Amino acid sequence: MNFQIVMLLGQDGITNGAIYALLALSILLVFTVTRILLIPQGEFVAFAALTMAAMQGGTPVRLGWLLLALSAAAMVMDIHAAWRRDGRPAVRRGSVLGVGYAAALTALTTLVPLGDAGVAVQALVTMALIVPLGLALYRVFYQPIAAAHPLVLLIVSIAVHVVLVGIGLLMFGPEGARTEPFSDGGLRLGMVMLNSQTIWVVAVSLGLILGLYLFFERSLYGKALRAAAVNRLGAELVGISPELAGKASFALAALIGSLSGILIAPITTIYYDSGFIISLKGFVGAIIGGLASYPVAALGALLIGQAESFSTFWASSYKEVIVFTLILPVLVWRSLSHHGAEDEE
Amino acid sequence: MSAPLLEVSDLCVSYGKIEALSNASLRVGEGQIVTVIGPNGAGKTTLLSAIMGVLPSRGHIRFLGHVGQSPAIQDMVARGMSLVPEKRALFATMSVEDNLRLGGFRFHSRSKREQDAAMEELYALFPRLKERRGQMAATLSGGERQMLALARALMGGPKLLMLDEPSLGLAPLIVREVFRIISELRRKGVSILLIEQNARAALRVADYAYVLELGRIAMEGPASELAHDPRVVAAYLGMAGKHQEMLAS
Repeated sequence: MNFQIVMLLGQDGITNGAIYALLALSILLVFTVTRILLIPQGEFVAFAALTMAAMQGGTPVRLGWLLLALSAAAMVMDIHAAWRRDGRPAVRRGSVLGVGYAAALTALTTLVPLGDAGVAVQALVTMALIVPLGLALYRVFYQPIAAAHPLVLLIVSIAVHVVLVGIGLLMFGPEGARTEPFSDGGLRLGMVMLNSQTIWVVAVSLGLILGLYLFFERSLYGKALRAAAVNRLGAELVGISPELAGKASFALAALIGSLSGILIAPITTIYYDSGFIISLKGFVGAIIGGLASYPVAALGALLIGQAESFSTFWASSYKEVIVFTLILPVLVWRSLSHHGAEDEE
Repeated sequence: MSAPLLEVSDLCVSYGKIEALSNASLRVGEGQIVTVIGPNGAGKTTLLSAIMGVLPSRGHIRFLGHVGQSPAIQDMVARGMSLVPEKRALFATMSVEDNLRLGGFRFHSRSKREQDAAMEELYALFPRLKERRGQMAATLSGGERQMLALARALMGGPKLLMLDEPSLGLAPLIVREVFRIISELRRKGVSILLIEQNARAALRVADYAYVLELGRIAMEGPASELAHDPRVVAAYLGMAGKHQEMLAS
């Protein structure tokens, strides 16, 4: 192994690690706010990548239909909830807007060919489809059982994941796809040639992490979301609705997932079921952070990226085994250094 | 009694088959301090939690003219009810200032200047919190945490403030400070529903009082009268209470 190869593997590791870091942050955010382990996080990644690929390849974009169906289901559930609460059915303006939005976007993606619209427009349309999909998933599957035991939430998460993978096969077919890179060429730094997509991934990830940091540290809404994670009762008592916090965290998770999918699609061939294994590596990062610390989770994810990249070189058939075995010493260490449940205050 | 701000009638709460609260009725008038005293496990915390909507309940709760059954917390907060729970429920890993800003979350459309003005007003009442504004809530002392919990609740501009054992676990000097602030709040027109084990201090500050025993309202009356009722004196203001009181003064 020479310097050139180390740099190449390192670059690969950073690219993948940055994506895993984003996913780790997203899994952590959703877990701390809602206690839901977001197994379907990977579907946001795969659906985004495959939707981009469908637009570029001129094949039908079917994701809008899923969004429309879920938005309609959310509206029916809202009407039913109002009926149970007030004794008469009522339609919320928000749910009508949701269905209208989904219908408009479905029409746009079905009728207008977006193949030549440029990567930026395609990426925006993809995110415009997936972010509300996150909201609708929360409303339909999780909001009715928000107070349930985390184990129940986990089981539902697994079910939602399995169903979405099936729907993914229906929508995108069994073939994998790759998208065009955002830009050609690269950047030469001394002896090292930086791939342009690597630069894109690192820059966008850093930008997103900075954006999230500012959102959570500076804005009242970001602080409210953190507060909901720190003390649920306290948050409710100052008027932060757990439903709103849940929806906001799912929307952010969907945004991060779709962005990750868009970033990774030019580098890796993505299949309808590829999302799971990608987000699982983000999950390992989140576990390294103890499902509590954002910086440690991000660092853990970067470490996973490097481990994966170097094990591809040394023992490529054991790549996944090596990556997931990394979690064992962390779990052992965490269980040994755990001091029991912390005080409520 | 002045026009009731809060009127609770026949409130029942059950944990499985155990009835923790049965047919409790009480009223809090505008600008009043009403206290509920009673032994440990009488259902005092359950009563406040049910009124706030933290626990599901049966019976009627009328607050500011709205009648509801088993209300939702959000609705109660939006109408101006605020609860400081026994465990305080602070945002431990966030700064004092962030805790306070979030206390005013229901006015989130308010401008930054209005928020800052509300904050300064509170800091005048709690100068200690101003000194510690940048500190994490978890690093505060027990007394300061109670002050922060109170101040956070006040940021929401409550019409009715409900306090669950505000003096619990605090040093006597701090207890006196807490009761001083409660009196001050009444002067500012905030109505208060206070739950206390320190019955003597609670009866001194309150206008009206209820005694809760085994989930039922056992006695009620103007606080000054209850403070001299032989049964109350025997059960709640006896030597043990006197001893505590001596320590506090």
